[in-house]
Amino acid sequence: MPHDPPLLSVEGLKVHFPVHAGVIRRRQVGAVKAVDGVSFTVRPGETLGLVGESGCGKSTTGLAVLRMQAASAGRIVFDGTDITHSSRAALRPFRRRMQMIYQDPFGALDPRMTVADIIAEPMIVHNIGTSRAERRDRAQDLLAMVGLRPDMATRYVHEFSGGQRQRIGIARALSMQPDLLICDEPVSALDVSIQAQIVNLFESLQDRFGLAYLFIAHDLAVVRHMSDRIAVMYLGKIVEIAGRDALYARPLHPYSQALLASIAIPDPELEASRPQISVTGEVPGALNPPSGCRFHPRCPRAAAVCAREEPVLRDLGEQAVACHLV
Amino acid sequence: MAEMLLQVRNLTTRFRTEAGWVTAVDDVSFDLAAGETLAIVGESGSGKSVTALSMLRLIPRPPGEITGGSVVFEGRDLCQATDAEMQAIRGNRIAMIFQEPMTSLNPSLTLGVQVGEPLVLHRGANWAAAFAKAGELLGRVRIPDAQARVRAYPHQMSGGQRQRAMIAMALACQPRLIIADEPTTALDVTVQAQILALLKELTRETGAALILITHDLGVVARYADRVAVMYGGRMVETASARDLYKHPLHPYTRGLLASIPRLDAPTGQKLRPIEGQPPDLARMPAGCAFQPRCQVAQPDCTATRPAMTEARPQHWKACFVDAA
Repeated sequence: MPHDPPLLSVEGLKVHFPVHAGVIRRRQVGAVKAVDGVSFTVRPGETLGLVGESGCGKSTTGLAVLRMQAASAGRIVFDGTDITHSSRAALRPFRRRMQMIYQDPFGALDPRMTVADIIAEPMIVHNIGTSRAERRDRAQDLLAMVGLRPDMATRYVHEFSGGQRQRIGIARALSMQPDLLICDEPVSALDVSIQAQIVNLFESLQDRFGLAYLFIAHDLAVVRHMSDRIAVMYLGKIVEIAGRDALYARPLHPYSQALLASIAIPDPELEASRPQISVTGEVPGALNPPSGCRFHPRCPRAAAVCAREEPVLRDLGEQAVACHLV
Repeated sequence: MAEMLLQVRNLTTRFRTEAGWVTAVDDVSFDLAAGETLAIVGESGSGKSVTALSMLRLIPRPPGEITGGSVVFEGRDLCQATDAEMQAIRGNRIAMIFQEPMTSLNPSLTLGVQVGEPLVLHRGANWAAAFAKAGELLGRVRIPDAQARVRAYPHQMSGGQRQRAMIAMALACQPRLIIADEPTTALDVTVQAQILALLKELTRETGAALILITHDLGVVARYADRVAVMYGGRMVETASARDLYKHPLHPYTRGLLASIPRLDAPTGQKLRPIEGQPPDLARMPAGCAFQPRCQVAQPDCTATRPAMTEARPQHWKACFVDAA
């Protein structure tokens, strides 16, 4: 598998949002560097988890891959084709093969459309299926595929619960027979007892269709369950990227360690013996990120060099880490 | 049994909705000892927040009403107290911390005013003394440069600092009970851990009891002494945290624990979700609320609603089925 060519390859991706000041003479006074030089690959059928706290750039990265957000620099290569600057028309076949699953199943579906129409809409846009009846049949098949009853196709979104709506969103994405699903916090808005249903659905769809996932989430337990490899982001940078087992058994970056220590395990006896949190403070703004290593003001092990020089992501075999002290 | 700080008995709260009367809290009873941390766990709509609001008589009326039960706090039934008596208790003997610090803090008042106000209202302090004490309290919740931050407004603070300020406000009058409703849900993971650790440490120092309302079973395991599990407005299981996690008895509790991925579980195993949907409070099933989703339901379960029974020492469950 490691020798498969990547399905998606992101190289040095930057997404900067200019900040302007002045009303009459508007000028750029800075930039929010939401994503600042991020590189990773996703192989066919693989799940890459992208974790980090709010403002780390994980969602912006997902949007940039889909070209729903323009990249300021870097390259996005999908199945061998550089799509970073492709025209809308040239992008179209690639957009079909990359679909998005959103966090909020209430906001992502049009309340005025029936479920069948919601699922059929992308087919119309991409000229898949010829007749209305054909698309309706396909919508019903897709509903069954995601664990809903085909007769639900004529209903409206408000009749469904959060978990069911997320299934509808997944059916809509699958209608394009995609190769890659970009899932942005796909279970975090759902109730605990429903999250496992959707996680299992993602897994069975992956087995069935060989889908690759870019799985963006902040819940490290869900990400561990879902992912083959995981990239940890902090303030627009990947600080560590590693195989699942390596990262969770031996996180190398102090931020990865802090993130993992922050997650409580549902076992009181185990929790009583676990070391408690080690980081202080909060994520600073991306407008004026700290010098050197962006994590250094919160890092329990920061040395003088950390404030001065930005660490590069170094490959250590099983994992790559951006830290001067590793 | 030792003198209880709080005894809630048969508390029932309903709301008038378009779909008719909906019972959001249905015959809920529990005790809380002084200095104890009780976690109330449940999913959205399970009635955990409404239980807390009912205890403090903060249910909007209409559409809501407390239709029965008692909330005996320090020997007095809060359900029978007058509005003026309730005002003297809230923020004083019982303090509440809400989920969203930005909407719970007044954006147009400085932190000093908001943190100091309970002292003026409940302790008859003058404002100069209240400001000084507010600075001290902000220091205690480890807001850096606390004495100067007394003059800061909420928008000048980060989310974590706002929640720290809420905790400072709650601590102002040295309450005997703090109710924290999902206090860290809106915060980032590393900040969540900081805030919860702080809350736990401060309640231990002051001897206050804590009711922690949450949906996060990890947080419960880390911080709670005892746990009450709610489902469909009803309490379904209560036990010490250790006993609950070691011997979960109610099928819902067992289902929840089996359905969450854990950092310490072997990888490559399938999750075992609870099938079906949480109940619609306007159309509750007959008998046990969990029965339509329950793997071990019996004919009894649809006929009669199970009462809480002590199935193990100090471990109650509302279920007819023997958990083997």
